[in-house]
Amino acid sequence: MNELRRNFLKRTGGLSALVAAVITGAIKPADALAAARNEAAFKAESTADALKALGMSGATNSTAIAIRAPDIAENGAVVPVDITSNIPGTRSISLFVDKNPFPYIGTFDVSKGSEPYVHVRIKMGKSSDVRVVVAAADGKYYQASKEVKVTIGGCGG
Amino acid sequence: MGDPMRIRARLVGDVADVRVLMAHPMETGQRKSGGKVVPAHFIRQIRAELNGKVVWEAQISQAVSRNPVFAFKVKGAKAGDKLSVTWEDNKGDKRTDSITLGAS
Repeated sequence: MNELRRNFLKRTGGLSALVAAVITGAIKPADALAAARNEAAFKAESTADALKALGMSGATNSTAIAIRAPDIAENGAVVPVDITSNIPGTRSISLFVDKNPFPYIGTFDVSKGSEPYVHVRIKMGKSSDVRVVVAAADGKYYQASKEVKVTIGGCGG
Repeated sequence: MGDPMRIRARLVGDVADVRVLMAHPMETGQRKSGGKVVPAHFIRQIRAELNGKVVWEAQISQAVSRNPVFAFKVKGAKAGDKLSVTWEDNKGDKRTDSITLGAS
């Protein structure tokens, strides 16, 4: 890829539009996910601390979040996880592995034109609950979890 | 700059079922090789755009598997639309690849 095209994409891409929108106050800074990475959450060593850093503590348990992951993962280095949220107005999907050294895996923002679905492959150090927190348009958080047993860990290999 | 991504998309009505494979080591910074810790090197941020408009974004940690695969579903898509995906890693490296929907 050449430099010119890269710069062109950078200048004309959605990011600049997003930044402009934030500056003009068209959208709330909370919507500008790309702008701010929540380092505290990524560095948290427990799911509770990560949730606190993200302001997602006290999420309501929900059966409207479907997590598809293997019951037993033979290889912790690649554990496929499929998440579908049936919660109306789902804005983002966040993923945590409770017993990983750093439980917060990430957040997928589907609010700008995607369906509330994501597939991702993750590393799991050992058997753990995989926890999903959904942020909904009503400003509330909903969660669900699924246990995945790992026979060979994926961290430190 | 990294190696090219492989982006596949299937249109189901006006929803693009997108699957992306990225070539990246996703080093956690915890693994040791020859007694030395391999420094962390992982994708932190991903963005998908449909005709230049951001439609999907992700912030991820080092715990996503090596050579990450993501799937997501973009609404309001039609054949001929341009879908591009950009990732950026913790060393500031970036890569963007695009496909045209409906063209296989």
